[in-house]
Amino acid sequence: MEKAKALIDSKNVVIRIKGLKKSFDDYHVLRGIDLELYQGENLVVLGRSGTGKSVLIKIISGLLKADSGSVEVLGQDMDNLSDKLLQEIRVRIGFSFQNSALYDSMTVRKNLEFPLVRNKRNHTQKEVDTAVESVLDAVGLSQTINQMPSELSGGQRKRIGIARTLILNPEIMLYDEPTAGLDPITCIEINELINEVQQRYKTSSIIITHDLTCAKSTGDRIAMLLDGQFQRQGTFEQVFNTNDERVKPFYEYNFIQ
Amino acid sequence: MNTTDTTDTTPPLPVHKRGGRLKKQITDFFVSLFNINKFIFRFFREAFVPPFEFKEIIRQCYETGVRSFTLISLTGFIVGLIFTKQSRPSLEVFGAVSWLPSLVSIAIMRALAPLVTALIAAGKVGSSIGAELGSMRVTEQIDAMEVSGTKPFKFLVCTRVIATTLTIPILATYTAFIGLLGGYVNVAVNEGTSYRTFMQQVFDPLSFVDFSASLIKSIVFGFTIGIVGCYQGYNSSKGTEGVGKAANGAVVTAMFLIFIEEIVIVQIASWFR
Repeated sequence: MEKAKALIDSKNVVIRIKGLKKSFDDYHVLRGIDLELYQGENLVVLGRSGTGKSVLIKIISGLLKADSGSVEVLGQDMDNLSDKLLQEIRVRIGFSFQNSALYDSMTVRKNLEFPLVRNKRNHTQKEVDTAVESVLDAVGLSQTINQMPSELSGGQRKRIGIARTLILNPEIMLYDEPTAGLDPITCIEINELINEVQQRYKTSSIIITHDLTCAKSTGDRIAMLLDGQFQRQGTFEQVFNTNDERVKPFYEYNFIQ
Repeated sequence: MNTTDTTDTTPPLPVHKRGGRLKKQITDFFVSLFNINKFIFRFFREAFVPPFEFKEIIRQCYETGVRSFTLISLTGFIVGLIFTKQSRPSLEVFGAVSWLPSLVSIAIMRALAPLVTALIAAGKVGSSIGAELGSMRVTEQIDAMEVSGTKPFKFLVCTRVIATTLTIPILATYTAFIGLLGGYVNVAVNEGTSYRTFMQQVFDPLSFVDFSASLIKSIVFGFTIGIVGCYQGYNSSKGTEGVGKAANGAVVTAMFLIFIEEIVIVQIASWFR
C-alpha cells in the first residue's frame, strides 16, 4: 500500500486515459473510462468476462480504435500518431497475449529473434544471440531454445510469450489474462515472473485478470471494471472491503474456487 | 461478439422490406470491393519499400513450388497426353494428323499451361495461404507481430504475393514442357515421329505474342492467387469457422477471377495477332 501511494505521489504517469468509450454494434463495452498508470507500478484490472478488459489494453496498444475519449501512452496521444510513431511507441510496450500467440511455424529462438532483428537492424548476430539467451534465462527456459511452440506446455508458452516481449526492453507491459488456463502451481510461477519482470526490467504494467490470487500477488493497485466503468480503485483490501453486491460475489466465488 | 447462426430460421422479409436486404447486399458488395482495392494498394505501397524480406520471399517461392510440383507434373502430362489423343480422330477425318503437334502446342502454350497451373495452384497454394493466415489471425499471431513494432503485412502478405507472382510463371513454363512431353508420347507411339521433328512442329506456329501473352497471363494469375489468398486469410473473422471460410474463399474467388482474367487477356492478345 505504501508503494502504491509513493508511486501515485511521484505523479510520473506513463498511461493516461480519459473518457474512453468503445462499443461493438449496440453493445457498449467501455462507457467512459478514466485511468492512470504510474511509472513502476503493477496495475491489475479486474472484471468479469466480457466487461471489456482485453478491449482496454488492445486500445492502449493501438490494436483497436476507441469510439471517443483520449489515450495517452508515454506522452503520445495514440489517436493522432503516424504509422512510424505508432511503431516506435509499440516497441516500448510489451503485450503478453492470453494464448501466448507464439508464431507456430518458428522455433522458440526464431520467435524471440523476430521482433528484435526487425526493430534493431544494426544488431549483429552475436548481439541477437546474447539477447535471446538473456531473456530465455530471465524466464527460466533456456533449454527450450530450439523447440517448436507445439512442443511446449501452457506455462512454458506463457513464459516464452513474455520473453518475446522482454527482448525489446519495454517500458510498459500489458498482460492479458496471464494465468488463464494454468494449474495453480504454474499460476504462482507466472505471478512471481510478473513481479520479477517489474523489478528487473523496471516496467510499469497493466495486468488483466479475473484471478484474484494473481491480482493479490502482483498488483500494487487494483481497478475493478463493472458495467463498463471503473467502479472501485485502490489496494486489494480497499477494493474488496465493501458491501457492494456487485463486488462481493466476485471475491467469494474466486476464493471458493 | 460475432455470433453466427448455422441454421437460419429467420422468416423471409415481407415484400415491402425486401428492398432493405437487397440494399444491404449491394452495400456489402461495394464495401468488399473497396476493401480489396485498399488491400491491393497497400501491397504496392509496402512491397517495394525497404527493408525487404528476401529470405522469406525465397522460402515462400520454395513452398509454392513444392506444394504444387507433383500435382502439376501429373496433371500437365495427362492433359498433354489426353488432349493429343482426343484431337487425333477429328484431324484424321481431314487427313491432317501431321498438324497434331502444332495443334497441341498452340493449345498448351496459349491456354492450357497457364490455366491448368493457375487452377491447381489456386487449390493448393491459395487455400493454404488463406488457411495459414486465417489461423494466424484467429490465434492472435498477426496482432502479436503488430504490437511488437514489426510489419506483419510486409512479412506475411507482400512476401507471399511476390512469391506466387514469381513462381506461377515458372510453374506454367514447366507445365507447358510436361504437357508437350505428354503430347509427344502419344504422337511417338502412334506415328513414330522423332522428338526433334515433333519439337520443330511445336514451335513453328508459335509467335512472340503467344509467349508474351502466356507469360503475362501467368504473372497475373500468380498475383491473383497470392493477393486473394492473403486477403481472405488476413481479414478472416475470429474462430475456426473463419479459417475454413478463408481457405474456401481463397480458392473460389481466385478461380473465378482467373477465368475472367483469361477471357480478358485472350481478347487483348487477339488484337495483337
